[in-house]
Amino acid sequence: MNPLQLCLMVSTGLFCIGLAGALARSNTILVLLGIELMLNAANLNFIAFWRYGPPSTPATGVLFALFAIAVAAAEAAVGLALIIAVYRHQKNIRLQDANTLKG
Amino acid sequence: MNLALLIIAFVMLGSAAIAMGLRNLIHSALLLIASWAAIAAFFLWAGAEFLAFAQVLVYVGAVSMVVLFAVLLTRQSRLDLNLAPVPFGRALGALIAGSAVAGILFGAILGTPLPAAAAPPPGLTVRQLGLQLMGTHAAALLVVGVILTVALLGAIVLASNEAAPKTPEAR
Repeated sequence: MNPLQLCLMVSTGLFCIGLAGALARSNTILVLLGIELMLNAANLNFIAFWRYGPPSTPATGVLFALFAIAVAAAEAAVGLALIIAVYRHQKNIRLQDANTLKG
Repeated sequence: MNLALLIIAFVMLGSAAIAMGLRNLIHSALLLIASWAAIAAFFLWAGAEFLAFAQVLVYVGAVSMVVLFAVLLTRQSRLDLNLAPVPFGRALGALIAGSAVAGILFGAILGTPLPAAAAPPPGLTVRQLGLQLMGTHAAALLVVGVILTVALLGAIVLASNEAAPKTPEAR
């Protein structure tokens, strides 16, 4: 099996673990962490194609993954701030209890 | 070469899978830090050193701390951090959905004629990366800086307790 397929399978595994976690858990923090795992799997794909894919300019994949990491960090900060805001209203961060936006 | 990849993948997927199944949130967060470190190791293995260090700084360093603080700020009781167990039907549905997506993607990967190996590593130095960031992609770099600033200011606004100074007895 060639290395590109192996890398893509690893990132597929990580994506599916994140997907299953985000679907199964009802704690909002764990759902956010599952989404982070899916974003990281996308970064693994960028790097796998940069390393083994068809030749391109030397920095393309790394730059793409770098910007993806920056946006994911912003998303994590805003997501956790939202979780803290929801906790202050509801004293609880279970998704089933946070299904209304009305305070 | 491939043995290193298999070890990295084992650590990455194993710690992520256990973290998503545990009931203790702190243990989950710590295992996810291990998983992010394994992702940084993957970047090192693939030859993207700068990205590996960025991953260590951003995820292992910063995001993990924010997650741990959020876990500690939103716990229900002081001593018991365990969550209620996931209902069986929901866990089964999530597992089926995840396995179905995995099956479709594995089939697509194995069925696609991907370029064979033996490509030379792209050989990217940090100097080249910096020149690209400051030259060709300067606009994108500025936009990302603005996004990060706005997002962090927004996070502070969302998480701050603006009602507290006016009516402290209302809490």
